Amino acid sequence: MTERITLAHGSGGKLTHQLIGRIFYPHFANDILQTGDDAAKLPVPAGTLAYTTDSFVITPLFFKGGDIGKLSVCGTVNDLATSGARPLALSCGFIIEEGFEISRLERIVSSMAETARSCGVRIVTGDTKVVPKGAADQLFINTSGIGIIPDGCHISASRAKPGDVVIVTGMIGDHGAAILLEREELHIAADIASDCAPLHYLVARVLADVPDIHVLRDPTRGGLASTLHEIALQSDTGILIWEKDIPVRPEVQGICELLGMDPLYLANEGKMVMVVPQENAGKVMEILQSDPLGKDSRIIGQVIREPAKRVLLETVTGAKRIVEMMTGDQLPRIC
Amino acid sequence: MNNYLDPYRDTGLLHLWAERLQKYQGKPLKLMEVCGTHTMAIARYGIRTLLPERIRLVSGPGCPVCVTPSYYINSAVALARRPETIVATFGDLMRIPGDEGSLLEAKSLGADIRVLYSPLDALKIARDNPERQVVLLSVGFETTTPIFALAIDKASQEGLNNFTVLSANKTMPEVLKVLAGDPTVGIDGYLYPGHVSAIIGTRFYEELAEKYGVPGVVAGFEPLDILTAVAALSEICNEGRHTVRNLYTRVVKPEGNPRAVQAMERVFEPADAVWRGIGRISGSGLAIREEYARYDAWKVFDLQIGEYSEPEGCRCGEILKGTKSPGDCPLFGTRCVPENPVGACMVSSEGTCAAHYKYGGIR
Repeated sequence: MTERITLAHGSGGKLTHQLIGRIFYPHFANDILQTGDDAAKLPVPAGTLAYTTDSFVITPLFFKGGDIGKLSVCGTVNDLATSGARPLALSCGFIIEEGFEISRLERIVSSMAETARSCGVRIVTGDTKVVPKGAADQLFINTSGIGIIPDGCHISASRAKPGDVVIVTGMIGDHGAAILLEREELHIAADIASDCAPLHYLVARVLADVPDIHVLRDPTRGGLASTLHEIALQSDTGILIWEKDIPVRPEVQGICELLGMDPLYLANEGKMVMVVPQENAGKVMEILQSDPLGKDSRIIGQVIREPAKRVLLETVTGAKRIVEMMTGDQLPRIC
Repeated sequence: MNNYLDPYRDTGLLHLWAERLQKYQGKPLKLMEVCGTHTMAIARYGIRTLLPERIRLVSGPGCPVCVTPSYYINSAVALARRPETIVATFGDLMRIPGDEGSLLEAKSLGADIRVLYSPLDALKIARDNPERQVVLLSVGFETTTPIFALAIDKASQEGLNNFTVLSANKTMPEVLKVLAGDPTVGIDGYLYPGHVSAIIGTRFYEELAEKYGVPGVVAGFEPLDILTAVAALSEICNEGRHTVRNLYTRVVKPEGNPRAVQAMERVFEPADAVWRGIGRISGSGLAIREEYARYDAWKVFDLQIGEYSEPEGCRCGEILKGTKSPGDCPLFGTRCVPENPVGACMVSSEGTCAAHYKYGGIR
């Protein structure tokens, strides 16, 4: 018979301990976690601490290019990377719907552990709750992360300056399009995988050679358009992007045209937007393009003074138009 | 990144056509793009900013979601609230405000509403849920109606008895006649929708040109399609010719798609229809034929067509007719915004106001 999660697995009693001992400890295995204390105790090197949290409610749980476990590690690692931080440790909280198959939970946990190992980060504390059938949809994960920001690194979305160059580290919209295709109601055959990937090594490579990066941000929910908006708002500048230079896979473009969507608003889980002083752009592009995770990097625009707090797009016709922030959801539960 | 559409987005050619249009010295023209997909493409590519002052493009009534009256939404919401029903719909209808809220709000209160990408998926929902009643919301013009007809036909062949369609489908010809004959609208020429024309063909447009003196050009949806169509249409208007040109021959044939028309006519028959913002136009809509009455949600659930009224201050009617621009409406961008729409034109992404708001006017 299929083994399933019951309310007793979240009771804090015997079954909870069995579940932790059988699933979580063996996969996440590290001495800090396995002390079994309520709080993880870890030595922290000198410097500034970066601290972030993210929750993952994506449906479906498994998709081409990843699963909710991999996503929950990459998402938080990438949020740390946007401040230039080297990730140090993660926490994880599971909210599981009663009846969830234990074998699927183990697949997810194993994927988290594998991704964390490849990121060089440890999952040092966690929590599991089980809710009655219908109170949650299958499984939700929260991860928080801490990381160390190297001295002299001052990356912030408020630091874009007129004249800076805007770079995106690859094809946009893959994650959003892949999830769209996984949803069963769409019968479109296209070979698109989520771009879900940790980016902190790529960021570290860039920072090692070019410490003066003004802005880093990962264009997840809301896509490239919303991320550029946030940068324009926080920096009180405008941003001009060129449609012809924005890298989009033809398959993704095709799906968007079929369904009336815009790749600018599709989620990404393995891309960074970088705003860098013009004199550093060449060097940054060289580093990015030499890395598998940044090989499709393109310069897509520049920071301008006016109109402040606005994102403009120069279309293929040469006309300029405003790019608005996303309103409503193009597709719910994308991450 | 080669795509068969790339030639229609060629920057060099686009610049040449834009330059040519900028030199236009003829009489001032008011051209109407009839179709919501054109409205969206024009805004998305910033086409208006490439046109000379003398050529004005106004948006017509061709966004099906926008012209759907509020009583339709009220009926859909009422159906969605019944515990035994599942309402299946295209996503664009979700946010339209009705008198008692939108479908999105009904969903947040527990109504079972499924967003589809193909009407045929509703049949699967009906098969999978034999104990529930599945109501498919059907709006749209000649482009989408054949698929709804197909769904009803298929349900009938399968003998499904828990599937109905709440229809508010419309057709283009009558409303185009009304607008062409309305001197307050004053249209010099129509930019005809490629999709609808692919189904109904181009002969009706000849009739409009001859009887009403409004010429037209059938256009595709790529920027080069649109620019060349505007150039051709302004030339025809200036020469005072009452003719129609088809510049979308890669898709549109003069006779249209007779099979799709037949499928549509088998299930639907002409009926009067209420156009949000414009009013009742006789023969401008489609109703499900008596033979298929068991699939007609209006009849099966005995729904009453209520009074319809427009929100106070809303200028959607004039905007849909092209006599006013979104900027002329006191609610535009203040009380009426995409995240909280008041009028229909702000709701659908193809609505005139939504397109203006989203892609903004920067000249």
